[in-house]
Amino acid sequence: MNLWLVVIGMGIITYAIRLSMIVLLEKVEITPTIKQALHFVPPAVLSAIIFPELLQPGGTIDLSFSNERLLAGFLAMIVAWRTKNVLFTIAAGMAALWLLQTI
Amino acid sequence: MSTASSSSHRHELANGIKAELPIALGVIPFGLIYGVLALAGGLPPALAQAMSAIVFAGSAQFIAAQLIGAGAPGVILLLTTFIVNLRHLLYSASLSPYTKHLPARWRWLLAYLLTDEAFAVTVLHYDGETAVSPNRHYYFLGAGMTLWVAWQTSTAVGIFLGAQIPASWSLDFTLALTFIGLVVPVLKDRPNLGAALSAGLAAVFANGLPFKLGLMVAALTGILVGVWLENLSSQQKESL
Repeated sequence: MNLWLVVIGMGIITYAIRLSMIVLLEKVEITPTIKQALHFVPPAVLSAIIFPELLQPGGTIDLSFSNERLLAGFLAMIVAWRTKNVLFTIAAGMAALWLLQTI
Repeated sequence: MSTASSSSHRHELANGIKAELPIALGVIPFGLIYGVLALAGGLPPALAQAMSAIVFAGSAQFIAAQLIGAGAPGVILLLTTFIVNLRHLLYSASLSPYTKHLPARWRWLLAYLLTDEAFAVTVLHYDGETAVSPNRHYYFLGAGMTLWVAWQTSTAVGIFLGAQIPASWSLDFTLALTFIGLVVPVLKDRPNLGAALSAGLAAVFANGLPFKLGLMVAALTGILVGVWLENLSSQQKESL
């Protein structure tokens, strides 16, 4: 199949998903339970992306001190909690990772 | 249109841009790596860049570049895109209460800009708002456009520089760090913390599932745990 067509198809699928509930829920009043559930979407999805990046950097679970991403990520969490600043969090995490990689 | 309301548009737009800027900065390295990876996977430069504009979804683009490199058939690419981006269904539902009053062209535009990063910044801002602005959709627009510009520019630079960006710099880590910066300050109570921890652990244990299905399983696990903990604590308060 032509790669351009595949990419356009990927775009249509992605856009349709993004538009779906914005359009479908337009005239429907969301129930309190659904509303309550949707409130947890950001912490749930973002954590589901973060955890494997820290705990399984090579594809398998690594809880040792040689897992630099776990240590750097843990430090970044502390910085994020204390400063509530995304830039500081990125800077601290990357600095820690580079430092740990050179040791 | 009165001047007061138009300045308020601008105010919301500027605030959205300002809030998204640090996140956009964290996305730039990710865009660079995508550009490198897409060329390594054998995509022509024009198509690699077009994918950023047409699909505009980082993780799906990463996986697509790898799959194309591995010679996967088109059907697999489409199916993978669908499953990897299913989480946007949750984003779409989350934002629907905030967009339902808008004209169709606005909703179509905002849906195009509905990325992980624009969603997180916008919905966390809406959640924390004390007064509701009638122009709040401009905040979403500002956040979405900022990320769009950062993504298009950084993938273009990545395609241009190609293999000059060494993998040893571990630039891909900035994405996880950006999300840490966004999510950790939100974890102020037990339901949110429980949702985050359970979703994270579920994602680790479900990581072996095909097509990144584990992400969806993990997200739903986290949502259920969050709701359960919240109901539990409100029941305890009632029984006191």
